[in-house]
Amino acid sequence: MTGNLVEIRNLRVEATTDAGRRVEIIKDVSLDIAEGEIVALIGESGSGKTTIAMTLMGYTRQGCAIAGGEVRVAGVDMVKLSEAERARIRGTRVAYVPQSAAAAFNPALTIMDQVTEVARIHKLMSAVEARAKALSLFKALSLPEPETIGNRYPHQVSGGQLQRLAAAMALIGQPKVVIFDEPTTALDVTTQVEVLRAFKAVTAQHNIAGIYVSHDLAVVAQIADRIVVLKDGSVQETGTTSQILDDAQHPYTRELLAAFRPKAQQRGPECEETTKRPLLQVDNLTVGYGPRLRDGQPLISVVQAVSLELDRGRNLGIIGESGCGKSTLARAIAGILPAYAGDIIFDGRELGKAGRGRTRNELRQIQIVFQHADTALNPAKSVEDILRRPLTFYHGMSGKARDTRVSELLGLVHLPKSVRHRLPGELSGGQKQRVNFARALAAEPTLILCDEITSALDTVVAAAVVELLKELQRELGLSYIFISHDLSVVEAICDEIIVMYRGQKVEEITPARLTAPQHPYTRLLFSSVPKLDPAWLDNLEQNADAVRAYCRQ
Amino acid sequence: MKRQVTSLAVRRLLIALITLVIVSFAVFFATALLPGDTATILLGQSATPEAIEGLRKAMHLNDPAIVRFLRWMAGLIQGDFGTSYANNVSVANLIRGRLANTMKLAGLTASIAVPLALTLGITAAMWRGTLYDRIVTVATIGIISVPEFMIATLAVLLFAVYLRWLPALSFTNEVKSFYDLMRTYAMPVVTLTIGVSAQMIRMTRAAVVETLNTPYVEMALLKGASRPRLVLRHALPNALGPIVNSVALSLSYLLGGVIIVETIFNYPGVAKLMVDAVSTRDLPLIQTCAMIFCLGYLTLITAADIIAVLSNPRLR
Amino acid sequence: MTKSTSPGRLGVRFGYRFNLIGLSALAIILLWGGVAVFAPHIIPHSVGEIVDTDYFGPMSRDLWFGSDYLGRDIFSRILMGARYTLGISLAAVSIACFSGVALGMTAAVAGGWLDSILSRFLDALNSIPSKLFSLVVVAAIGSSIPALIATLSVIYTPGAYRFARALAVNVNTMDFMVVARIRGEGLPYLIASEILPNILGPVLADLGLRFVFIVLLLSGLSFLGLGVQPPYADWGALVRENIGGLPFGAPAVIFPSLAIASLTICVNLLIDNLPRKIRDRSAE
Repeated sequence: MTGNLVEIRNLRVEATTDAGRRVEIIKDVSLDIAEGEIVALIGESGSGKTTIAMTLMGYTRQGCAIAGGEVRVAGVDMVKLSEAERARIRGTRVAYVPQSAAAAFNPALTIMDQVTEVARIHKLMSAVEARAKALSLFKALSLPEPETIGNRYPHQVSGGQLQRLAAAMALIGQPKVVIFDEPTTALDVTTQVEVLRAFKAVTAQHNIAGIYVSHDLAVVAQIADRIVVLKDGSVQETGTTSQILDDAQHPYTRELLAAFRPKAQQRGPECEETTKRPLLQVDNLTVGYGPRLRDGQPLISVVQAVSLELDRGRNLGIIGESGCGKSTLARAIAGILPAYAGDIIFDGRELGKAGRGRTRNELRQIQIVFQHADTALNPAKSVEDILRRPLTFYHGMSGKARDTRVSELLGLVHLPKSVRHRLPGELSGGQKQRVNFARALAAEPTLILCDEITSALDTVVAAAVVELLKELQRELGLSYIFISHDLSVVEAICDEIIVMYRGQKVEEITPARLTAPQHPYTRLLFSSVPKLDPAWLDNLEQNADAVRAYCRQ
Repeated sequence: MKRQVTSLAVRRLLIALITLVIVSFAVFFATALLPGDTATILLGQSATPEAIEGLRKAMHLNDPAIVRFLRWMAGLIQGDFGTSYANNVSVANLIRGRLANTMKLAGLTASIAVPLALTLGITAAMWRGTLYDRIVTVATIGIISVPEFMIATLAVLLFAVYLRWLPALSFTNEVKSFYDLMRTYAMPVVTLTIGVSAQMIRMTRAAVVETLNTPYVEMALLKGASRPRLVLRHALPNALGPIVNSVALSLSYLLGGVIIVETIFNYPGVAKLMVDAVSTRDLPLIQTCAMIFCLGYLTLITAADIIAVLSNPRLR
Repeated sequence: MTKSTSPGRLGVRFGYRFNLIGLSALAIILLWGGVAVFAPHIIPHSVGEIVDTDYFGPMSRDLWFGSDYLGRDIFSRILMGARYTLGISLAAVSIACFSGVALGMTAAVAGGWLDSILSRFLDALNSIPSKLFSLVVVAAIGSSIPALIATLSVIYTPGAYRFARALAVNVNTMDFMVVARIRGEGLPYLIASEILPNILGPVLADLGLRFVFIVLLLSGLSFLGLGVQPPYADWGALVRENIGGLPFGAPAVIFPSLAIASLTICVNLLIDNLPRKIRDRSAE
């Protein structure tokens, strides 16, 4: 043994494509992890970070295979082992914490059953010992009701708790290395803080080495000792956390860092005319599902009596965690999900609650752009067909005029003309989102509702899309309602921000006052957004009452 | 939680009942309303118009369709299945012994096919991609692609013509010993088992493979679990619903199979009775046989549905 | 560890990948299609002509597949039988799938009471075992060829409906359907332009599968003597006519069965090995 716990040397992984071609997706990667050290693999989707982490267990996903190199864990080369020998190491020496614990827990078995399974498979200890060990881990991970939580089924436990239970499941075999595969990506920011703290404490306590896979530099800054920056399956830069954050050498790393620090909105002159009527006025809008109760309220209400106002040419941000009703509010404004009560007044005229009750022109003026361009674009139609339809439908265009307009629209969103005949499946994520946006522009709307449109994109790509939105606003005089869970994105583009919690508007603020929110939930939410500062998590002090009140762990 | 399960189960039963009503409606109207006058069929083309009219009156054929349907339904519920046109015997008497014979055949087949198919289907999924799996897959595709009578004729050719182990035809009334029983039932049961198992193996394998592709099975693999453990402990409990469903659906394939098998082996069951009834256009007999088969099918499917609800851990 | 096998391998053309098994299956299906169309011009003997002095004669140079229970040429009778088996099945499957898919898409997009009523009714029909259903209908309306086509298409419409509806319901939940609806599009546009292109592939595969079911059911009916009636004979009827030759292992019983098997197995193999669109972005 040469000292390091994990030594990856010249690793190459190949994937087989549909056409039967083999493509190298990991190209000559080498890295080391010392005992007790946490190394972060950072990169965008498709950079191969999860693939590399998985090779520590000698595992590749279907269609992939290790083509060369060595992956030594405690001196044993995982590449050369037989499947049975690898199985003996999995769970005992190397363990795995998945991205989505909700999917990784078997719905048919109790949590305790699954947490202690490693002990049973490898015959590490008796059933009683295993339960005791699990209990101590539950306590160490600050899980509520540690005595009884193991008797529940996965669907009876919240996402943040499941994620920590997955860590308990990984730690029970006392592994030397734990693979953390984006373990907090699916969580809300307020929950993420707790989970990160638990991970950090428990790995330090047991002197466990870790490989932490993430796309989020700020999260990684809190937990990693060293950072490895990946792109297209090869290492771009390696360094200690402070080296990477403060003194990045590689241009790609700098680009990542730059995308993380979005420029604030250069604001136009503050409301020149206050006498003008607002573009959109929403009064006491209540949206929900189920039969209407006697008092006119829905059985399950998702949005409760929310009011807002938006002036022409300005932007409104709606922020909140998953399930707070922000997307539902946007859908109600668009007329997709008819509101139960309240008024939507657009340009001085009251709109019908359902889209069916609005005129074609009213529908044209408010366009909505969805988060997932994959499902928002019909996969069976070419980009050209997708863009042509609103032109024909709203503007009665055809033939050459329409084709010219399609070219103009592609130009507006900075897409090359060559994508015209492509299907959405053949475009990259960022390109798809641009087509999605171009379709909304084709209607020539006054207001565009952007529902988490950057959430599914990589940081650098998302930053470019936000820039594009600003540019189009200057050129076309649009207004946006920007829905997001990501404060930095909203901050970058909006003139005013609404904070929502459990279907209610808790606060309305301007970016100028962002530093001094009044409502405790807003304060909790804003303080939970990770900063690039590695000491942020350790120094973070949150109001314990607020955490208890608003955090559904 | 418990109340939710009960209400779901009750809902399934209700759906089955509604379906049964729609089915009986369809069966009755297909046979009684489509062209072809019952009285003319009974009396033959040469009968006088007066005689036909008399018979129509006697059989209430001039009543509106809906009245006749309700009268027929009421009869069914009270156990009065009507009288056979062909030989004036009550349908209940014709069917009684035959039904037992068919149940024997079906029961024997099921008791062999279900364990066999589950074993083959689950093991094929467990060793997915191996030669064993490929042989099972190709064999089942082959079997479900060919008509039952072909399986039957091939079985006769093999066992009766070339090997001379078994008689080509079966007669249940000659059974005197266990050996006779074996010889009589062997051919029909073998034929049915092959067809039913092939269906069941395919569906079971597909259900298990689908659960094997889930993240929680990958997680178990990364905990160091062996293949049998992955399949038996992690995949099977979650595939239970689809597997029970596939068993029920395949067993209902038995219903189609017995029609051919009873005819080809001259086996005195309900299906043979029904085929003969179709040749003679004996409507009351056809209707009753059809209702018996539909009831059997619905019972199986509904039972499977309810088991699937009960086995869902989210409802526990 | 060889880097990328050549793109010029078998069947990789026009951006589609088609393997050998699929191609051979397609060839055999097309061969049967050709036989069905040109049967009267290629049969060596007239189907009614008694050409052998013996019945259930063996295979010979003149009578390739032997002779039947009357001494007629079984090879010619199989070629002619292809017309009935393929023709009736194709007509029935087209009607069943067209009406099933049209109704299924409408129900999925329209939703509400139309969907509930259609689904409940067609699901109930679907729960009558197909063989049983056909016996009941044949008993009522007889087994002329148009009656057979009607019966078979009625029996398989609910299945096609259920399949298409399930697919369309999935597509219907996609955001692009929401976008199209809120643009103000009507039902015909939603069905024809947004849903249909997305379900066409699976629907065609399902059509193939349903074709196999129909061939099997038609053969079964004919085998019971309730399907195609003399003087015409499809493959199932040929097996029935010559079942008396079974104890002698006569080729007249075996070959019609093999004809059915060759067709149905090939359709199944073709569906399992359909050409796949290559989505290989790195190759561009």
